Amino acid sequence: MKKLLKVIAPGAYTTVQDEGRYGYRQFGIPPTGALDRFSYCVANMLVGNAEGAAVLEFTFTGGAYEILSEADIALTGADLEMTVNGRKTSNWSAFRVRPGDTLTTGQMNSGCRAYLAVTGGIDVPVVMGSRSCYAGAKIGGYQGRALTKGDVIFRSDGDLLGKFRKVSEEWIPHYRSKIILRAIPGPQENHFDKQSIQTFFQSNYAVSPEASRLGYRLTGPVIALREGKPKSIISEPSLPGSVQIPENGQPIILLAEQTVGGYAKIATVLSTDIERVAQLMPGDRVRFESIDLAAAHRIYRQYYEGLENVRQTFEISKQPFYSDSPRSAEVLWQEDPEAFVRKINCCLIQM
Amino acid sequence: MGNGLFENVNFRIYGDCGLLVECGDTIDPVINNKVRSITAALEGDPPAGVIEVVPAYRSLLIIYNPSHTTNADLQQQIHDLEAKLTTLEIPEPTVIEIPVCYGGKFGPDIENVAKHHGITEDDVVRCHSEPEYLIYMIGFTPGFPYLGGLPENLHTPRLDTPRLKVPAGTVGIANNQTGIYPVASPGGWQLIGRTPLKLFDLAKKEPFLLKAGAYLKFRPLSPEDFNRLSEASDQ
Repeated sequence: MKKLLKVIAPGAYTTVQDEGRYGYRQFGIPPTGALDRFSYCVANMLVGNAEGAAVLEFTFTGGAYEILSEADIALTGADLEMTVNGRKTSNWSAFRVRPGDTLTTGQMNSGCRAYLAVTGGIDVPVVMGSRSCYAGAKIGGYQGRALTKGDVIFRSDGDLLGKFRKVSEEWIPHYRSKIILRAIPGPQENHFDKQSIQTFFQSNYAVSPEASRLGYRLTGPVIALREGKPKSIISEPSLPGSVQIPENGQPIILLAEQTVGGYAKIATVLSTDIERVAQLMPGDRVRFESIDLAAAHRIYRQYYEGLENVRQTFEISKQPFYSDSPRSAEVLWQEDPEAFVRKINCCLIQM
Repeated sequence: MGNGLFENVNFRIYGDCGLLVECGDTIDPVINNKVRSITAALEGDPPAGVIEVVPAYRSLLIIYNPSHTTNADLQQQIHDLEAKLTTLEIPEPTVIEIPVCYGGKFGPDIENVAKHHGITEDDVVRCHSEPEYLIYMIGFTPGFPYLGGLPENLHTPRLDTPRLKVPAGTVGIANNQTGIYPVASPGGWQLIGRTPLKLFDLAKKEPFLLKAGAYLKFRPLSPEDFNRLSEASDQ
């Protein structure tokens, strides 16, 4: 265990996350974990970590950090500009940092969440089998909360890389502001009439500012309940991807920090598409595509084969992959970090 | 089937990793009992590929890894289990006593509840602390119990404007439900008292005081005893 970094500026909402907390939903403890599984897994692969190591999850912005010990680092997920001592690094690749280095992130060009993996993984106490932060109950992560200025973060022991790794271009996702999410109808599709289900699967919905790790509220054509159906159902477990329809008829995609819901759910987004929700920003647009279970399971298998392929197609180099055109991080928050974080926080209304 | 118990369980596809098993269509102790029997059997001998089982009022969710099992296999396994259910034993329900200091600063809405029903605050305390409430399920926040059996003469609508922060341990009423806030959170329930016990305490080996299937009984507590117990539970 080593001191890894000190937080100079934390970013809008930065938490420690791993693959999630399982087995405690029946006690009201949600799974939490990195929302974008692909980016999370690949970040750990890049620095040579075992599956399940903890990372930092950045939301909207990354922040600035003083490095306290030598480590390999990789940034994946949203297209977030990052510099080390002013020199621009290349995302989806590993590079080395040394004590005294300053890690600074800039503008997020696309996507919403980025993942920073480090040699050995972020070291915080394991709570109920996981290091993931569940801020709602102040457990896991760093003291059960998002990072703030002055926090000192540790990492677990691990070996530095002999050679640096970079994700092959074909595997780097492009986050678009208009996407299609694949979803299986149900479990309460019978609470909606044919017309409503058609509306749901044929309309565009906009991501509202109420979009957090709990869920994404959407706005668009109203989904009406079938006549005679009650406004709420007998509360039952929810899943990341549950699309519930509250009284106002505007869908909510539930994510990783909720265990129970009392509204009928018209559809469930595929588990492999949750990460695409995680990269949506307020104002982005989604449409839902209906898919059956057999097709969903084919997609599931392909997804995990894909993850293995990413590992096998890494570009390898003795030198780290810095970006060709070094540039200083001219970012808003450097000029006035507080104002920038305030502005971003306006977008980050917790539901 | 007057109580809404299904003769055979009903399955619903719940995304690519979930199977919802419905045992009935109402909130009923018999249906909940079946939910817990199936849950206990699955937990005792988990089928391949099952990641997590989550029991609720009238249904349970099985979360599985599609690489290791199929929805159809799981359905077959549940059917087999169901056939053996009559011989399955579930543990004798326990009664967990929860001391509560009613009214005053701990229960600022007890007057609302009393007025709503034209009874005294003492009546509210007596009626609320009399029954043994079945813990149907836990969820919403860590350790939050969904309780059944609130006497009808205490049913009271939610507050018009929810409070931004309700302290941990607060006991409340919302319509036909009563419950306890395990962690401080926003809430719109009518607050009638508070328990000094911690429903969720990470420092303990068993972090959760309550479990689905047990019964819960409230015991009125004086403010002095509240303070004494509160100090004791902090140590």
